[in-house]
Amino acid sequence: MNDDAKQQRSAASRRTVELVTAAVIFGLGVVVIVDSIRVGHTWAADGPQSGYFPFYIGVLLCAAAVTTALQALADKAGGARSFVSRGGVLQVLTLLVPAGIYVALISWLGIYVASALFIAFFMWWLGRYPLVKIVAVSVGVMAAFFVLLDLWFKQPLPKGPLEAFLGLL
Amino acid sequence: MEELTALLNGFAVALTPFNLLLMLVGVFLGVLIGVLPGLGGANGVAILLPLTFAMPPTSAIIMLSCIYWGALFGGAITSILFNIPGEPWSVATTFDGYPMAQKGHAGAALTASFTASFVGALIAIIMITFVSPVIANFALRFGPAEYFAVYFLTFAAFVGMSKGQAVKTIVSTMLGFALASVGLDTVTGRLRLTFGFTELLTGFGFLIAVIGLFGIGEILLTLEEGLSFRGARARLNLKVVLETWRELPRFWLTAIRSAAVGCFMGVIPGGATPASFMAYGVAKRFSRDGAKFGTGEIEGVVAPEVANNAAGTSALLPMLTLGVPGSPTAAVLLGGLLIWGLQPGPLLFQEKPDFVWGLIASMYLGNLAALIVVLTMVPFFAAILRIPFAIIGPVILVICAIGAYTVNNAMFDVWLMLVFGAIGYVFRKLDYPLAPLVLALVLGDPAESSFRQAMLLSGGSLTIFFSNALVAGITALGLFMLFWPLISMALARLRAG
Repeated sequence: MNDDAKQQRSAASRRTVELVTAAVIFGLGVVVIVDSIRVGHTWAADGPQSGYFPFYIGVLLCAAAVTTALQALADKAGGARSFVSRGGVLQVLTLLVPAGIYVALISWLGIYVASALFIAFFMWWLGRYPLVKIVAVSVGVMAAFFVLLDLWFKQPLPKGPLEAFLGLL
Repeated sequence: MEELTALLNGFAVALTPFNLLLMLVGVFLGVLIGVLPGLGGANGVAILLPLTFAMPPTSAIIMLSCIYWGALFGGAITSILFNIPGEPWSVATTFDGYPMAQKGHAGAALTASFTASFVGALIAIIMITFVSPVIANFALRFGPAEYFAVYFLTFAAFVGMSKGQAVKTIVSTMLGFALASVGLDTVTGRLRLTFGFTELLTGFGFLIAVIGLFGIGEILLTLEEGLSFRGARARLNLKVVLETWRELPRFWLTAIRSAAVGCFMGVIPGGATPASFMAYGVAKRFSRDGAKFGTGEIEGVVAPEVANNAAGTSALLPMLTLGVPGSPTAAVLLGGLLIWGLQPGPLLFQEKPDFVWGLIASMYLGNLAALIVVLTMVPFFAAILRIPFAIIGPVILVICAIGAYTVNNAMFDVWLMLVFGAIGYVFRKLDYPLAPLVLALVLGDPAESSFRQAMLLSGGSLTIFFSNALVAGITALGLFMLFWPLISMALARLRAG
């Protein structure tokens, strides 16, 4: 099997993902019901308790989740249809994983530096741009954002060591 | 003509140089947002909302609503030039718009679509001008039971009009309500579903949900599909515009029919997308050139564009008069009004006439501004679309992160945005509709409190929703919409069997 065909192969069938999603939603429904019962889902002396309304939301959530699961099982074609190909999963992960690292970096480096690094990483990873272009675009875009948001709109966005060094805090 | 006097006062409020500048900025940002992947109207308004907190509310809502008009206009640009609908309601525009562009008539298609958008919006605004005071007056008599019935009808309409699996619409709605109930219960002071997280005390910010679901979800989808933009060249010059304008009056009847469909469907939540398809279908049936639809007929561009802008604009009618938004973007605007301490609904017309009529007057001006901006700046927007995804993708994600952070100045929200992004991606792929989730998140608190008050009045009996002709009518209509998928299925079986 060549590389291309491997990329096209299904990573998960649509039915599997439908069932997993329905199960998660059912679980959320149960959480809502349990918590509603904890805070009281009945009628007190002064009227409906806190869990009165959410209790029924939870019940409906569970019922709807079961129905979607049954519909997914009844759909004969769903097992054969692909939800996402292997290449697709890889593409999605190449955004989600760096995005997670990016958000973690914000608290440490500040949003402007972390964002510039994030944009630079993508231009290198997906676009293979020359270094000069990468630096120009990533620094240029974030400098423009700094002028707009910090100097003009005075938004208190998280800043890090670089801004402290430059005296821009 | 009481409304005309009020409207003239509104123009006096809206027509300041500062507000006019905000209109142009808003429209420009709106079109930009409309053409970029991952930044739709709802998401764009959500990101920019925190930046307007310092402005006077009237100026802020003028700018934000102009972003909405811009996004409504801008959706057509990608549909026609790239065969990629920027918004779901621009799908019908691709049917004839893209073939026209392929034949080299991109300029004519764009001119027709922008002009049609303007006409559709204008008709809807005229409707809002004269109908909204009537509805607001009528709604003054509403009690909690009537309000809950209206909320019920809103969500039942989503179920009734859902394509595909109606039960998924129910899942989305209930998930929105469940998320809305997280945090402090203001009536009893008890904490619900917080599990000891102090970040959850104030509940899930719906702006965060909108940015994640629509923004990050869309970027993930774009990335997975490995989308590359290959589009027709856009050249718009005065000659093409004038030539197209000479041709357009022929389609006045199509425009009126489409506007009627749009205005009617727009008042119903989730109506813009079906309205554009219905208008296309109606135009195809009635047109002498109906058989040629789909090959690049200018009438096939006019019909859906008139309808979707009429629908998108009339979505603000129930938001202003009842506090029930008709679209996700209207829901975000409603959230903004609540943050500024303005409670949309019938009382707003009496207590803040300057604000309401200033907004309505700004709709006329904003749409005119939008028409001018799109006609003059198409090449620029088309050039933006040619920026490779490796650059524009991360920049959009950074914009989303900044937007999410500025809502409450909290890092927790940025993480939450990523989680909502993953949810949005899976939901989109499995055809769970996102609009009812967002609307339920915004309407969760008012819906719950009107339900509780109604229950208090009736001592816990559901018969209050049938206690008078008005509330019974709304409830019955809601039930009909809710069970419509089952009814239509049964009808189809009867016909087949």
